[in-house]
Amino acid sequence: MIKIKAKDVDVFYGKKQALFNISLDIEENQVTALIGPSGCGKSTFLRCLNRMNDVIDICSVKGEILINDFNINDKSCDVVRLREKIGMVFQKPNPFPKTLYENVSYGPTIHGIAQSKQEMDEIVETSLKKAALWEEVKDRLHEPGTGLSGGQQQRLCIARAISVRPEVILMDEPCSALDPIATAQIEELIDELKKEHTIIIVTHSMAQAARVSQNTGFFHLGQLIEHGSTDKIFKNPDNKKTQDYITGRFG
Amino acid sequence: MNLILFTFIVLLGFTSYYFGRKKAYTIQSTKKRLTALPQFYGYYLAIWCAIPAFIIFSLWAIFEPTIVKLLVLSDYSNQGYLDDELNLIYEKTKALSRGQFTGEITPFIEASAEKYLSLRSIAQSSKVVIVLSAIIASVAYAYKRISSNSRTREPVEKFLNAVLFTASLAAILTTVGIVFSLIFQTIDFFKVIPLFDFVFGTHWYPAKAFVRDSSEALDPSMYSDTFGAVPIFAGTFFIAFIAMCVAIPIGLMSGIYLAEYASSKVRQYAKPLIEILAGIPTVVYGFFAALTVGPFLKELGTSMGLEVSAESALAAGGVMGIMIIPFISSLSDDVITSVPQSLRDGSYAMGATKSETIKRVIFPAALPGIVGSILLGVSRAIGETMIVVMASGLAANLTLNPLESTSTITAQIVVILIGDQAFGDPKTQAAFALGMSLFLVTLCLNIVALRVVKKYREKYE
Repeated sequence: MIKIKAKDVDVFYGKKQALFNISLDIEENQVTALIGPSGCGKSTFLRCLNRMNDVIDICSVKGEILINDFNINDKSCDVVRLREKIGMVFQKPNPFPKTLYENVSYGPTIHGIAQSKQEMDEIVETSLKKAALWEEVKDRLHEPGTGLSGGQQQRLCIARAISVRPEVILMDEPCSALDPIATAQIEELIDELKKEHTIIIVTHSMAQAARVSQNTGFFHLGQLIEHGSTDKIFKNPDNKKTQDYITGRFG
Repeated sequence: MNLILFTFIVLLGFTSYYFGRKKAYTIQSTKKRLTALPQFYGYYLAIWCAIPAFIIFSLWAIFEPTIVKLLVLSDYSNQGYLDDELNLIYEKTKALSRGQFTGEITPFIEASAEKYLSLRSIAQSSKVVIVLSAIIASVAYAYKRISSNSRTREPVEKFLNAVLFTASLAAILTTVGIVFSLIFQTIDFFKVIPLFDFVFGTHWYPAKAFVRDSSEALDPSMYSDTFGAVPIFAGTFFIAFIAMCVAIPIGLMSGIYLAEYASSKVRQYAKPLIEILAGIPTVVYGFFAALTVGPFLKELGTSMGLEVSAESALAAGGVMGIMIIPFISSLSDDVITSVPQSLRDGSYAMGATKSETIKRVIFPAALPGIVGSILLGVSRAIGETMIVVMASGLAANLTLNPLESTSTITAQIVVILIGDQAFGDPKTQAAFALGMSLFLVTLCLNIVALRVVKKYREKYE
């Protein structure tokens, strides 16, 4: 089932065009990996999906992005509600300089999800459990989130993202700042999360894309060169460029 | 004469630099590898030129006057003069030798004036000879020592290190010197006025001390109820409080606007414009407060049936607040901008609005820095003088009514030290005691501010 449908998306930074005519369907409850060399526009595309490009003054997005058949680039779209539905995890772990508890309860607080302290405690607990962090931090919930290790911080950010029960989670190279063990933990987590969430992950690691994703899109110079099931892209790509990139001949 | 000598030494320095470098090039041309770049050899020689010159000049400056004086006065020894009288004779001699003596010229003094002049000229020419020969000797010695494997880079670096160290030492020693001059006068003051009376007394009326005839003996009891500093401490903090009531909200809000809301174009023009406020001389703020704001408040108050003094704490504090706005807005703008973009992104991605992000994430993260900027603003408010002197009057009333006039520590120091001073008088020393207390207060504030700012640095790194 199609969750997100991008149609003819163009993105401009000032006068420079960063994305050309991207059309891509994203399947519900699956992991879609976006791969490609640096500067190819995969992160830019990811940021279109929760309109994070709004934050950048000179950035403009054209085309339609339908999420649950609703165009999020439409004027009537409420960005606050959109971002409640579409969570995001960034390249560098960015916990707020607050306590662990406050980090996770941040989203539910601003969206008024929890009715009572007890409910909030439950949300924090389930989110941390889903992010496989609960056991490590349950005794230090009121210590600052910045005191955790890099991998723990990233899982805290994932817990923060899933605390508002988003339908989609966008991950922008979530493991690039982590060591192999922390990476493995996050990858395991992604596999778990896809049962309830649709996940789109930008990654530089081909091995990671192959390990975690069901679908893959290959970007090059602002164009979507090829997309399809991860199996097909990695074993039998249609496009020569994809083949070259996958086999490490460029990029 | 000294100027010519100095110029000559500088020229010598340049010449030795040139020769040092030239010798290095010569060594290089014989295919030997140098241990440092050729210019280091030049600097090395120049330093060997500068150091002896500097040492001899300083020794001369220290000892020449003493020695000349001893020699001149040796004629008067065993004649039963007192030290003071000898000093007087010496001063007369010097004045006569400059042709500025107007009194009665005795043959004795005339003779010593001649002796003084001849000694000075001997000293002067021997200085030239000694300095130049020392320089030439040391440069020649150093020049000979230069070879392909001599170390020149390390001594040059060490010399630079020493120069920079001396510069910072000078700054530190000045501070220490100022503090000491405050301390001694303050101690003298508290010998006459009990500390308790100063800190807890509620009457500040130093004019009373004027009345004393200086020929009378010092009687501490007449100063009771004269130097009670409570009213002026209260006035200082009260006016600073009014100033911060103006400066904190406006400064903070404009800082947040500049950092988060303003487009880069607005920011580009608005920030320097706000900072211009910081460049206005305080005396201009002073007459703005005294001639515009004060009378305006008085008129406004009168029309509302309130009694407002033309020199009110409100006028002085309000204008002082305006003066402090740029400090707070500029500093808080800086700390807010330095909150990492990733925190903003994290918050926006959770669906937070701009104001929620500022309130819940950015402001708490920047808070220690903002507190630091506010504390710096407070210490400026407490140390501000001109606005208070001009706009808030000089009578030290103990009041919490912003419409009345009050006075501050700084304003009282001005009042006390304007005009002719009798040193060693409790009234003058009171200024030092006040300065000391002001120094302590601002020092504490600055220490707290620096601590807070330091803590903030550790926060998200």
